[in-house]
Amino acid sequence: MSDPTTTPATLDPVPTSPDDAAEDVSRLRRLFSGSVGRNLGLVLALLVLIVVGVITGGERFASTANVLTILRLASVIGVVSVGMTFVIIGGGIDLSVGANVALASVWATTVATQTLANDVHWIVMVLTAVMVATGVGAVNGLMVAYGKIAPFIATLAMLAAARGLAEIIADRKTQIINVQSFLDVFSGDVFGVPVLVIIFALVATVGWVLLNRTTFGRRTFAVGGNAEAARLAGIRVNRHTLWLYTLLGTSCGIAAVMIMARTTTGSSTHGMLYELDAIAAVVIGGTLLTGGRGTIVGTVLGVIIFTMLSNIFTLNNLSISAQAIAKGLIIVVAVLLQQRIADRSRAVT
Amino acid sequence: METDRRPWSSDVGSGAPLLEMTGIVKLFPGVKALDGVDLDVVPGEVHCLLGQNGAGKSTLIKVLSGAHQPDEGTIHWNGELVRLTTPMAAMRLGVATIYQELDLVNDLTVAENISLGHEPSRFGFERRREERASASALLERLGHREIKPGMVVGTLAAAGQQIVSMARALSRDVKLMIMDEPSAVLDQGEVARLFQVIRDLTAHGVAVIYISHRLEEIRGIGDRVTVLKDGRTVATGLPAKTTPTTEVIRLMTGRSIEYAFPPRRQSPFEVEPVLDVHGISRSREFEDVSFSVRPGEIVGIAGLVGSGRSEILETVFGARRFESGSVSIDGQQIRAGSVPAAVSAGVGLCPEERKSQALLLDQTVTSNITLASLGRFAVGPFLQRRGESTAAKEQIATLDLRPANPERDARTLSGGNQQKVVLARWLLKGCRVLLLDEPTRGVDVGARSELYGLIRELADSGVALVLVSSEIPEVLGLSDRVLVLRDGRVVHDGPAEEIEESDVLGLVMEGSPR
Repeated sequence: MSDPTTTPATLDPVPTSPDDAAEDVSRLRRLFSGSVGRNLGLVLALLVLIVVGVITGGERFASTANVLTILRLASVIGVVSVGMTFVIIGGGIDLSVGANVALASVWATTVATQTLANDVHWIVMVLTAVMVATGVGAVNGLMVAYGKIAPFIATLAMLAAARGLAEIIADRKTQIINVQSFLDVFSGDVFGVPVLVIIFALVATVGWVLLNRTTFGRRTFAVGGNAEAARLAGIRVNRHTLWLYTLLGTSCGIAAVMIMARTTTGSSTHGMLYELDAIAAVVIGGTLLTGGRGTIVGTVLGVIIFTMLSNIFTLNNLSISAQAIAKGLIIVVAVLLQQRIADRSRAVT
Repeated sequence: METDRRPWSSDVGSGAPLLEMTGIVKLFPGVKALDGVDLDVVPGEVHCLLGQNGAGKSTLIKVLSGAHQPDEGTIHWNGELVRLTTPMAAMRLGVATIYQELDLVNDLTVAENISLGHEPSRFGFERRREERASASALLERLGHREIKPGMVVGTLAAAGQQIVSMARALSRDVKLMIMDEPSAVLDQGEVARLFQVIRDLTAHGVAVIYISHRLEEIRGIGDRVTVLKDGRTVATGLPAKTTPTTEVIRLMTGRSIEYAFPPRRQSPFEVEPVLDVHGISRSREFEDVSFSVRPGEIVGIAGLVGSGRSEILETVFGARRFESGSVSIDGQQIRAGSVPAAVSAGVGLCPEERKSQALLLDQTVTSNITLASLGRFAVGPFLQRRGESTAAKEQIATLDLRPANPERDARTLSGGNQQKVVLARWLLKGCRVLLLDEPTRGVDVGARSELYGLIRELADSGVALVLVSSEIPEVLGLSDRVLVLRDGRVVHDGPAEEIEESDVLGLVMEGSPR
């Protein structure tokens, strides 16, 4: 089994070759019937949103600062959604992601405060958050893969338990992060790009490579598309499922670090309703809830569309409630569109 | 089992027919499923329908229950010409079908299942008391008072569920009940009780069409027999109790097969067996099964549905765990109940249900072919898609997959080509033992001969093959050696050339050759 956290040292696994023109044409067609084509609806939706944003918000919307704000807001939920994409393609679901983020943030900040000194290295907090969340994910995976508990139930139980544990650890208080080095690292910019956005981009890239260019990714599609066929082809389905939930746990850990940096706190109320936002983004992105089909690009677009929508509403002083209604509508419309496109592409082939 | 003749069976066959089917023809693309079937059924008789797999029994039932429309022929009901355009139309006339896979809702109660689709109600509210009362009246009529209307169907044994199915049929004033292999899921005591129920029904004038492969049952319950072969009625109105077994088997065999089998290998096998199955058992599935297969050999397994044939293949492959015995590849025992262990030892399985057990329907042909060999195309964790696609193209060319497009979704292929994709998966893996479960199910006639040729070529290249098929001619025509299974036990093991189709049929139907 591959180490799923390996960074892609050898990117560009499709070396350009001196093949004939026909090959290029078919590759172009494949590109269109592939991620771009399938995400055409999403790209259109994004364009429409941008137009609406520019018309209603003008300069306030189209400024660099606002674009970075949107991306920064999208980053945390985006990292969770990338992990969620794997689990859903693999035929599962995880409702505990928000609680997991909260638990990891609280645990990490507690470690930092209880050492009673300011000399806690920021890496300790990061490792704590990631390890706690990965552990929670692994427990989810064990319950689903080996305990044969329906993913919905297993992770619903984890949602309740992890949030409860977070409250106990935090004693219902919000913990302020006073480790300056931590804030320096994660709240900063690199060449004007917020570190949070860079992390999101990295996670999305690693996720894309893992899903599309590795045996792990291929097995994920197989397990979600037809678990019995995968099992009868010699794939260790249970072990793979365990990996998928563990990996999502790791994404939650990374998201916890990011939310800690953004809010400079650890709190048992972090990550509220992240499960809904993440699942919505993944589904809007064209991933089938029944498993076996989905894309990282679609998920990223889904997250950005969602965040941009909130941004436009906020800029226009519209209420949170109106946003919620719009989100609901967008989910339905996006899924309807995706189905149309999917049916058409199937009919053509 | 009770065999005494019933008082009312003396005039059976002489009364005015309830149902008369004449010259029924049903065409499917590429296949003539029914080619002139005649059948008449009189009230109060048990009419047995016999025929091998593919003879047309299931199609005939579907025509009769309104699920299929015949292309030619007429159906008379009580002397009137009728057209059964929908299952509802057939139901209204009084035709009820009890299928092999019972169509009950497991989580509802017995009473709810019985009245499903015509629930007694007033202003949209269920009348539960009425529903329960009528259910218990029906169950009492069937002589199964111990099944209570309030029980949840999923908790009943197979026999009980069958009774509920029959009660459901009776709840709609049934005149003809079709039973498709009702005894396949029952033990002997349950079969005896089922027969009591059938006798009671016929005593009330209900006609029964009874399908079974077991001759002792047909003799026990049947009045008349109709034999189908190649979609035609070859004999009708035979007395069920007195027609000699040899005569029945003679009528059923000798189907004209439109496909040719490749020649067997002539040279004797001198090598050691690669697969050695020794005395494996699983309770309630099969017992003490032993056989071995040498490289280049095709071993065929014949047996009825429920005889344990598919279960044996899945156990050898590790998808089920044997409880005793051993499975060895090249003398090395492989771990029980581990598919990865079997696969890495060089075993492959083309499972019975291609679509649900083998294929990733929404994935490309390439992904499907390379699924079991992904490790070979990986450098570290990364898939080398170029190598993968080259390998898939090679397999596509070798097996002459059509269309030869590696990027097509598996869903869009025909049955024969889907089967080739599954074969290609194991060829690419470099299997030394290949287990084929119903490799030609849902494959049209032309593609069959091609698959047979491929399977023989595989054997000639040194692969050891085990073939399970419901079609006895296929097992006999393709295999070098044949095992016959009955009730989970091997009752015959010998060269395919030395056994006749009629002997195999006798073995699976009665437990002895002819």
